[in-house]
Amino acid sequence: MKQRTPLLIFALVMAAIPFIPGIPPFWIVLLNNIGLAALVAMGLVLLTGVGGLTSFGQAAFCGFGAYTTAVLTTAYGVSPWLTLPLSLLVSGIAAVLLGIITVRLSGHYLPLGTIAWGIGLFYLFSKLEFLGRNDGISGIPPLSIGNFRMLDPGTIYFAIWIGVLVSALLTMNLLDSRTGRAIRALRRGHIAGEAFGVQTPRAKLLVFVYAAVLAGLSGWLYAHFQRAANPTPFGAHAGIEYLFIAVVGGAGYVWGAVLGAGIVVILKEILQSYLPYVFGGQSQLETIVFGILLVVLLQLAPTGVWPWLTARLPLKPARKEPDTSLPLAKRERAPASAGTLLQIEKARKQFGGVIAVNDVSFDVQAREIVALIGPNGAGKSTTFNLITGVLTTTGGTISVLGHKVDNAPPQEVVKLGVARTFQHVKLVPDMTVLENVAIGAHLRGSSGAISSMFRLDRADEAKLLAEAARQIERVGLGDQIDQLAGSLSLGQQRIVEIARALCVDPLLLLLDEPAAGLRHMEKQRLAALLRQLRDGGMSVLLVEHDMGFVMDLADRVVVLDFGTKIAEGTPAAIKTNPDVIKAYLGATA
Amino acid sequence: MNTTIMLFLLQDGITNGAIYALLGLALVLVFAVTRVILIPQGEFVTFGALSYAVLATGKVPGTAWLALAMGAAAFALDLFDARRSLRLKRILRSLALNIALPAAILALTYGLAGPRTPIAVNIALSLLIVAAIGLFLYRIAFQPLAHTSVLVLLIASVGCHLALQGLGLVFFGAEGLRGPALSSAALTIGPLRFTGQSLAVYGLTIAFIVALWLFFGFTLMGKALRATAVNRLGARLVGIRTTLSGQIAFLLASLIGAISGILIVPITTLYYDTGFLIGLKGFIAAIIGGLVSYPLTAVAALIVGSVEAFSSFYASNFKEVIVFTLILPVLVLRSLAAPAVEEEKD
Repeated sequence: MKQRTPLLIFALVMAAIPFIPGIPPFWIVLLNNIGLAALVAMGLVLLTGVGGLTSFGQAAFCGFGAYTTAVLTTAYGVSPWLTLPLSLLVSGIAAVLLGIITVRLSGHYLPLGTIAWGIGLFYLFSKLEFLGRNDGISGIPPLSIGNFRMLDPGTIYFAIWIGVLVSALLTMNLLDSRTGRAIRALRRGHIAGEAFGVQTPRAKLLVFVYAAVLAGLSGWLYAHFQRAANPTPFGAHAGIEYLFIAVVGGAGYVWGAVLGAGIVVILKEILQSYLPYVFGGQSQLETIVFGILLVVLLQLAPTGVWPWLTARLPLKPARKEPDTSLPLAKRERAPASAGTLLQIEKARKQFGGVIAVNDVSFDVQAREIVALIGPNGAGKSTTFNLITGVLTTTGGTISVLGHKVDNAPPQEVVKLGVARTFQHVKLVPDMTVLENVAIGAHLRGSSGAISSMFRLDRADEAKLLAEAARQIERVGLGDQIDQLAGSLSLGQQRIVEIARALCVDPLLLLLDEPAAGLRHMEKQRLAALLRQLRDGGMSVLLVEHDMGFVMDLADRVVVLDFGTKIAEGTPAAIKTNPDVIKAYLGATA
Repeated sequence: MNTTIMLFLLQDGITNGAIYALLGLALVLVFAVTRVILIPQGEFVTFGALSYAVLATGKVPGTAWLALAMGAAAFALDLFDARRSLRLKRILRSLALNIALPAAILALTYGLAGPRTPIAVNIALSLLIVAAIGLFLYRIAFQPLAHTSVLVLLIASVGCHLALQGLGLVFFGAEGLRGPALSSAALTIGPLRFTGQSLAVYGLTIAFIVALWLFFGFTLMGKALRATAVNRLGARLVGIRTTLSGQIAFLLASLIGAISGILIVPITTLYYDTGFLIGLKGFIAAIIGGLVSYPLTAVAALIVGSVEAFSSFYASNFKEVIVFTLILPVLVLRSLAAPAVEEEKD
């Protein structure tokens, strides 16, 4: 409950403001505008700042929310409270339809696409007869409870700010959960998340719809606050401004949205009221200053004001202390003599004319450590990617425990009990070690977005965090559990990746150069850990360049050169194999 | 469908499309070199067009002063960046480019502007002014952000658009302006009448496409610009001056924008904020071209222009809706054709 205290204080302060004697009504209007903008920006924080999907079109979703209630209340006399769920639903459905197209877009196509449909929808709003064309719809009834009608800014203020606070709470709950971790991993690319079972397209669509529903809520409130709806506030410029608000406040932070909305709305107001005095009546001067400030701000503080502020406040983020005694259901393990765990037969991968993996066959038995070695460019990491479904094979078969897995997506492969680490570390640098590792347990939890928002996931969540903490302890990083993953050394980050893979409770662990960047003692500890895992019933397939490490540890070694398997055998046999020596040293020694 | 109407619409579409093509080319150029999605491209159009229209009335446009002000800001930034190693030669060079050049342009404008100034001189002056603005815009807004992500650059670009559009209102007012035609010659083929103006539009568009294609495909400088876009650090390591590349790209883009503006301002009335929409349509063409291909962008621009012409005839209310929705299927196809590469952001 401790971490909620600031929120509670904030809520009390906001509730008290209208009762301050002599407060100008205009200030309340400003606060209402801030609240409305904060709602949209909060969606953008999740979408852009956390999820990495930039949208310039959020204003259009406000339009869906506002017009839905405007049409239903004026033309059909529906009660405003009944239109609330409908407004949210219409925004949500519009988001699903647009999102199916939009979230598929990669890179810079995504923001451009949102600009395009944002403008398209703006023109649609301003041309449709039943939406009142450019004049819009007026005479929208106010919100009312019984006979109490929220006619003036001071009363709808409460509706708006309750909306903001509840949304902020739900958003923070969502981010601090199993689904939230999947969303937070989106921005760093999809491969790492998918390797642990995250359905990336679904997670992207989820944040897209979530952001749209928040915008729809803002639109609904706006319609009943202004008692009118016209196309202007839902156009491209408004969409740009919402993104600006999120960036100013700090695109990765829920409270950044509220802070950013405050800064921008008040700044605009000041510019609009005072600039004409300074420069004598020129209109649109605020746009100029606004634009210039935006560029200056990006140059000076690209991460926004909120992180800058929190770094100067004595607020410490609450430490998570998982109760490591909570058990998490384990995978059923085959008996010790299960035989072949991984079978690769004539696997082949061609990139155009280049044959990266050329009909390679080998297997991994239960309780065995197999090393895959070979010079740079031999096709080792490509083989890993073929096994885990990151790449599709051109030919051949790969089976795990007798099931053919070839060309199944990574999310399916990990379900079979194959977990991996990456040659180039793929952690989320601004998440703690604990949170990063917990992504590995994604498939062992079941709570969805809605239950997370309402904190119904806590039992499930505690078990996942407990498992993550156990694995971190196991790999020896217990002291770093609360540090940000990005602050660790590269060697330690590789170990974090191993802990994350262990969270899958795998049968087979694929390690891509786990010892790179480790010191001698650390390598010995890693070797001991891997032996212990093997004796516990796990198999390990590892790619590694440190020959001392490999030859000491592996039960069997497979050697690749230019995509072709040139040798396989015990470390002792490989050390004296003339083909291997030739591949490494360039000549028969 | 009536063939004559169809031909008229097609002609209209192609004339507009050619302008969109020019803008699309500029956008591709800037994106390819600097990764900036140049939203203010539309402002280059209006600045060029309206400066030309104001000059035609014998007055000095405010943009000439803007160029000087932006030059001064660029000079200040240069001084600040070089504060640890201030050398006279460096200061003088920066002074010449950032202060002397726009001051000279301003002086030239005051000297030459008048009711009887020939059209060619007015065109040259407008181009000089807008080119200088483009150059300084890169120095002030984008050069300090050159290392950041496409998103940050995009938002900065939006900021520039807002500021420049606001300035456009200050300089040119809310009233629309038209400029004198480049030539009054006309040519009639069958039912169609080609004005000298529209022929100039076609000619210049084709010339620019060919020139850009030659420049980027066959010259060392063009290849250096492309290399900068792919990998700034790598380009610097092999001795390419990445800052210079950005400046050249913005210079070309602002020139192309101004030329497009001067080409259309005799045909349609332009307002201070018209550029944004025109720029966005060029944008759609550029996106269809994948932000890399010049010929594809040109073809796409012609399609956008034609779709616009036909939809303004058949469903004039939904013209913009149709044009902007055109982009969605294309984006989807593009995304599917080039599956997401793992991007390491930040």
